[in-house]
Amino acid sequence: METAAISAAALLAALVVFGGFAALRGLDPLEVYRVLYLGAFGTWFSVQETLTQAAPLMLTALCTALPARAGLLVIGGEGALVVGGVATVLAGVALAGAPAVLGVVLLCLAGAMAGGLWIAAAGALRHYRGVNETISTLLLNYVAIALMNHLVTGPIRDFAQVLKPASWSVGEQLRVGEIPGTSVHWGLALGVGACVLTWALMRCTTFGFSVDILGGNVRAAQMAGLPIGAMVLATCFLGGAAAGLAGAVEIVAVHGFASSSLAVGYGYAGILVAFLARQNPLAVVPVAIVLGGISASGGLLQRRFGLPDAATLVLQGLLFVAVLAGNTLYGRLRAFRKA
Amino acid sequence: MSELGWWGVLIAVAGGAIRVSTPYLFVSLGETLTEKSGRVNLGLEGTLVMGAMSGYAVAYLTGSPWLGALVAGLAGALFGLLHAAVCNLPRVNDVAVGIALFLLGTGLAFYLGKPFIEPVAPRLPHLALGAWSGSPAVRAALEISPLFLVGLVLAPLLAWGLRHTRWGLVVRTVGDNADAARALGYSVERVRALATMAGGFLAGVGGSFLSLYYPGTWNEALSSGQGLMAIALVIFARWNPLACFWVSLLFGGATALGPALQSVGITTNYYLYNAAPYVLTLVLLVASSSTKHRLVGAPSELTISR
Repeated sequence: METAAISAAALLAALVVFGGFAALRGLDPLEVYRVLYLGAFGTWFSVQETLTQAAPLMLTALCTALPARAGLLVIGGEGALVVGGVATVLAGVALAGAPAVLGVVLLCLAGAMAGGLWIAAAGALRHYRGVNETISTLLLNYVAIALMNHLVTGPIRDFAQVLKPASWSVGEQLRVGEIPGTSVHWGLALGVGACVLTWALMRCTTFGFSVDILGGNVRAAQMAGLPIGAMVLATCFLGGAAAGLAGAVEIVAVHGFASSSLAVGYGYAGILVAFLARQNPLAVVPVAIVLGGISASGGLLQRRFGLPDAATLVLQGLLFVAVLAGNTLYGRLRAFRKA
Repeated sequence: MSELGWWGVLIAVAGGAIRVSTPYLFVSLGETLTEKSGRVNLGLEGTLVMGAMSGYAVAYLTGSPWLGALVAGLAGALFGLLHAAVCNLPRVNDVAVGIALFLLGTGLAFYLGKPFIEPVAPRLPHLALGAWSGSPAVRAALEISPLFLVGLVLAPLLAWGLRHTRWGLVVRTVGDNADAARALGYSVERVRALATMAGGFLAGVGGSFLSLYYPGTWNEALSSGQGLMAIALVIFARWNPLACFWVSLLFGGATALGPALQSVGITTNYYLYNAAPYVLTLVLLVASSSTKHRLVGAPSELTISR
């Protein structure tokens, strides 16, 4: 309850400041809120767009949320997503003749594997060399994007793509479509599934319990003889795998090829989702839907008011600051204090 | 430049090091000051972009690039104030706030800066120190921005100030032992707020260099992690402002490698060379970190060096 109330208050505070920015442009804030809601949840069409946006956010949020349970602040979701997407394309070319369902599963595994190893490398540097994981994962984001740009402008470039440099496409039988009756692709089911599985892993297994001990108190984990290195590597690998899977979904369900459209900020928005959900995998699902709604309404805000497309980035940034400032309120609100 | 061959690459890298290093230098000096007070501001990448945008906008609107650089610094100081204000609340993690301000700063800069992508603002002047040379390559390499010279003076000044002045001692005390500083009657929160604001000011000025000198335009792809690399650079420089200067030059050279090779006709793998500064940062970070002992020169109150 306390978490929900404080998160809602943070959302409200961010919206008020955002309304102030809109008012500076001579817009009526209430009208902006109405359009924001309309673009996010107002119609069946916008709800489907919101859910489509939310799917990758659920997966990239796990990239921050899982290592955070072990006490690490990993923000490499963007890079892991890009690496996962590129690996998926490479696997798709290698497995061009694979049968449909098996092929898609293998492609997704390739993406998850690549993303997992990418973040696990940062975890290993942290554990064995003491390299700060926040800075190293942020740097790895830029390395991943530079590597992808190198590949799609040279070694795996498809010159039939004229709009911008892009890689070869994966075969038509290796693509997945929409959930029947909707325009939402199957990535949403994967995202929700991954969040529920992660929640169960953290909640119901000895591994999850050990990770929470490690995150709570390193000294206690050492005293209990827990395998700290293995746990750091495992949480980083699983988190990175989730983001890599998001990259795989972008390939098999959305684009079909790798290009700069992979790096559009899902990884960074995922960090915000993880913090807003207080690193709880189950809470990631609704929070990702709210954030997906903000992204989905960006287009409508742009068309209706001529607001720059960065307006949703501003709202996300304000929300992030408000959420962190809200951390100070925990345990200090009288209404939630236990007698 | 092609008749110079590999010498041309070397001159271009050296000139590039001087030209490209200035934002690294300003951000790393600012971050050094902030971290010496015991706080990490990871948001300086956002501050850099915000400084670039506001500096460009003001230079365009008023016609004075120097006023633009000043306003860029003030915008940076404002972001530093926001960082400090949120971090001064109990139980708020400064690294996380930095990430939030990184996202907010870039978002806000893109949002407010949209109208200024098209117009052309006046650029900061340069000093032609290579006018004696007949070679255009050497002349191009020795066109130096006054901001670089400011940074050149600022680095030893900051090193001296931190070591030998009263306020330098206060900042270091707050960063090494907050309880001792409190016992001496200093407000830890206020010292950190001022150090973060000063750091933000420098990062903002560094951003104005990007938009008003080199590359000298405002667009949304202007900064590609320079602010972030500068923060990693502080660790490698062991929180020493003079070392920040040399490492900034090294990073400038690494960033200039891709364009320099392109200028002699090596255009293959262009994007791979673009990864060079990030990979270099990572390698230096790995080389300078250790699990066995604390880093020399690291302020004890710093969260990222624990």
